[in-house]
Amino acid sequence: MWFWLLVAAALAYLTKLLGYLVPAKVLANPRMSRVAGTLTIGLLASLTVVNAAASGASLVLDARIGALVAAGIALWLKAPFLVVVLAGAAAAAGLRLLGWP
Amino acid sequence: MVGMKLKDSPAAKIGASIAVATGLYGVSFGALSVASGLSFWQTMVLSLLLFSGGSQFAFIGVVAAGGTGVAAMSASALLGIRNGVYGMQLNALLRPTGWRRFAAAHVTIDESTATATGQSDPGEQKRGFWVAGLGIFVLWNVMTAAGAVLGDALGDPKQWGLDGAAVAAFLGLLWPRIKAFQPAAIAVVCAVATLLAVPWVPPGVPILVAAVVAGLIGWFRSDRTPGHAPGHVGDGLEPDLEPYKHDVVARPRHAAAGTGHLVAGNEGEQP
Repeated sequence: MWFWLLVAAALAYLTKLLGYLVPAKVLANPRMSRVAGTLTIGLLASLTVVNAAASGASLVLDARIGALVAAGIALWLKAPFLVVVLAGAAAAAGLRLLGWP
Repeated sequence: MVGMKLKDSPAAKIGASIAVATGLYGVSFGALSVASGLSFWQTMVLSLLLFSGGSQFAFIGVVAAGGTGVAAMSASALLGIRNGVYGMQLNALLRPTGWRRFAAAHVTIDESTATATGQSDPGEQKRGFWVAGLGIFVLWNVMTAAGAVLGDALGDPKQWGLDGAAVAAFLGLLWPRIKAFQPAAIAVVCAVATLLAVPWVPPGVPILVAAVVAGLIGWFRSDRTPGHAPGHVGDGLEPDLEPYKHDVVARPRHAAAGTGHLVAGNEGEQP
């Protein structure tokens, strides 16, 4: 794990630095910006559902779905990020107390 | 001299308030990271060296889902691509030189970019960028350490709903980017692609499948972006989005980021 962790850190820094070192016209095309934008949305959507409904290689409906709903409601009500995270934790913990896996 | 300037600088105030708001939720990253199975020091290396909230959450999100290190690294690296676009814009706006350029690169993240590009005065752009970037770096790491220690002390992370907190964190990171039909459609398509892939491939890989889908959509999406303002169509697909706008002072956005025409004659200004 340490190896990939350090590779991830190195790539993150080099990506940032690349923006400063590469001449603007090389990267400043609309397609590159679009791909960066769609990638960000796609990855975050994917990470959301994986963490909400995947358990290894199977899909499950457990207390994490409650966390997803609670977070959605908190965001709808324009709650700050930390409150959203706490709402998710409280929903999952509460549902487990009630006996949902 | 720096302190006196910062006191009267509106950009520095915005940067400081963003730094406090963002730094605070470093505690959730720290707690979730140790809950995912990483050690205290692995968690700290992510915050100190990787230092990009979305990529850090992606890394531990894949690890928590049972994915391999290489899958975690890939998701993290792909999510970090937008920082390269930010770097390009900030280089045109701030023109950092020497060691400052290497320091600026490290603190190039969503929040510092949003603070800088939200200003029109070159001096203010610099002050906003450095106050937000360095402020978040310090607070984020302090709060990560606090969260990691707290998370270790909590025992079974599921009992406290920490896996639910991770779900909420990802939705919270995604939410401000869903401002129109198209980003919402991309999010749904990628979510469905992920769910379809889960039973068929090893853990962690479904996230990369979604990345490929998202990348292809971006590559082939019809080009209605003006050439002079890469990505700035205001529908949430532009990479330098203001994150969590609702808890920050409202401020005007200027579309000048990346064009570089505002930077002339600001050589005398220092942050």
